[in-house]
Amino acid sequence: MTEQAPSFIWTKKHLVGLDELSAEEIVHILDTAESFREVSTRSIKKVPALRGKVVALLFFEDSTRTRMSFELAASRLSADTLLFTAKGSSVAKGETTLDTARNIEAMGVDIFVIRHHESGAPHHLASRINTSVVNAGDGSHEHPTQALLDIFTMRQRLGRIEGLKVAIVGDIAHSRVARSNIIGLRKLGAEVVVVGPPTLVPASISAMGCTVSHSLDEVLGEVDVLNMLRIQFERFSGNVFPSVREYSRFYGLNSERLARCKKNVLVMHPGPMNRGVEITSEVADGLNSCILQQVANGLAVRMAVLFLVSQGAE
Amino acid sequence: MQKLLNEHEVQRAFDELAKTIMAKLPSDVPLAIIGIRSRGDVLADRLVERLKAKRPKQPLFRGVLDITFYRDDLSKRKGMPLVRSTQIDFDLDDKLVLLVDDVLATGRSTRAALDALADFGRPQAIRLAVLIDRGGRELPIAADFVGAKLSVPDEASIQLCLSEVDKEDAVYLVPRDAK
Repeated sequence: MTEQAPSFIWTKKHLVGLDELSAEEIVHILDTAESFREVSTRSIKKVPALRGKVVALLFFEDSTRTRMSFELAASRLSADTLLFTAKGSSVAKGETTLDTARNIEAMGVDIFVIRHHESGAPHHLASRINTSVVNAGDGSHEHPTQALLDIFTMRQRLGRIEGLKVAIVGDIAHSRVARSNIIGLRKLGAEVVVVGPPTLVPASISAMGCTVSHSLDEVLGEVDVLNMLRIQFERFSGNVFPSVREYSRFYGLNSERLARCKKNVLVMHPGPMNRGVEITSEVADGLNSCILQQVANGLAVRMAVLFLVSQGAE
Repeated sequence: MQKLLNEHEVQRAFDELAKTIMAKLPSDVPLAIIGIRSRGDVLADRLVERLKAKRPKQPLFRGVLDITFYRDDLSKRKGMPLVRSTQIDFDLDDKLVLLVDDVLATGRSTRAALDALADFGRPQAIRLAVLIDRGGRELPIAADFVGAKLSVPDEASIQLCLSEVDKEDAVYLVPRDAK
């Protein structure tokens, strides 16, 4: 009946990027996700928090795991879900993203979860419609829920974020996962080093408050976390590295490199993995890896995000 | 804020609550004492201590329930304070559940708690213990065990303070506009 005076109240209606959140808001999402993790351990893995609400998943770009994770998160909150994919839809007939959203909004939707190939699409929608907008990845801009689940997993396994040294390895230039991770980790006081060949790691990235290294071997011994990004072959137009074998030789994580890391180093990968390219199977399936834990935590984090934006007023 | 009960009176209400529970609650079944956050859990702790001392042989389980996800006023709220974890890490099936809350008023918290418990299993029975019954029910719910009854105007609300989380044991009358 009575409530303790709350120290912090969540008020945001949208989650477009971690760039717009304060450290306090990020921690609030992580702490709320902690409560939702418990729900997944119950015999009935469902709470009525969003009963009667509709969550529309607008996927203008392909995704399997993020979409399924959001879909399951919504149904664990008792919300109804609508799925829209660009393929075979009115987008093919030339409808704009905003018109598509407005039409779906007119059906009575409470939250949009949007994945879009264009950077800024969720922001564009959030400023023009009344429904809550959650960014599920936009172009090479941000993928906030992926970074939140990565940070959640780091905090769970290592007990803190402040003072950690995190390496993000691979295709930083094209990666919204990298950007959101750098932003979130810096806000919570971690040190970030981005690692990859010069073609994939632009020097300008250091403006985000991270250091840049072109040698994985040089940073191995000093980091607490290795987040191995996927090489996104589909995004490369020109030749950004000579060959997959060459990339793997310099930037792939294998057992031999793992042996040179701190004993408890945490190995992460946002998926889907190219086994044998950026990470070998032994490492991906080994004791330092928390790749499947990341997926499990993603569900709790997305439940927290959907729940919180539904309560936001701003 | 007007003080309705002082430390001594809160203690007396708790003693009364514990006494009626002890007198009427069966001692031959496994008992789960589950407190509703954020004062019911403190009261549940105090009750567990009492029961352990008086009934050392009865199997006793302790749980904490956060009912936020089950509230019926979620869509009317603006802003969300931190939701804390529910901790019921035992099987509820066939246990006697003593649900503990601080103040019973509208009955809506109890309704939410009953829904939440149903998601954890099928207890043999659920009994409700509250320290204060202040009237003002909006749902057909009654407590099985009550520490003290207070009659206050419907528009006012009641705040129980407990020394474990607040500075003192006391009950205050909070005018609605101060909330």
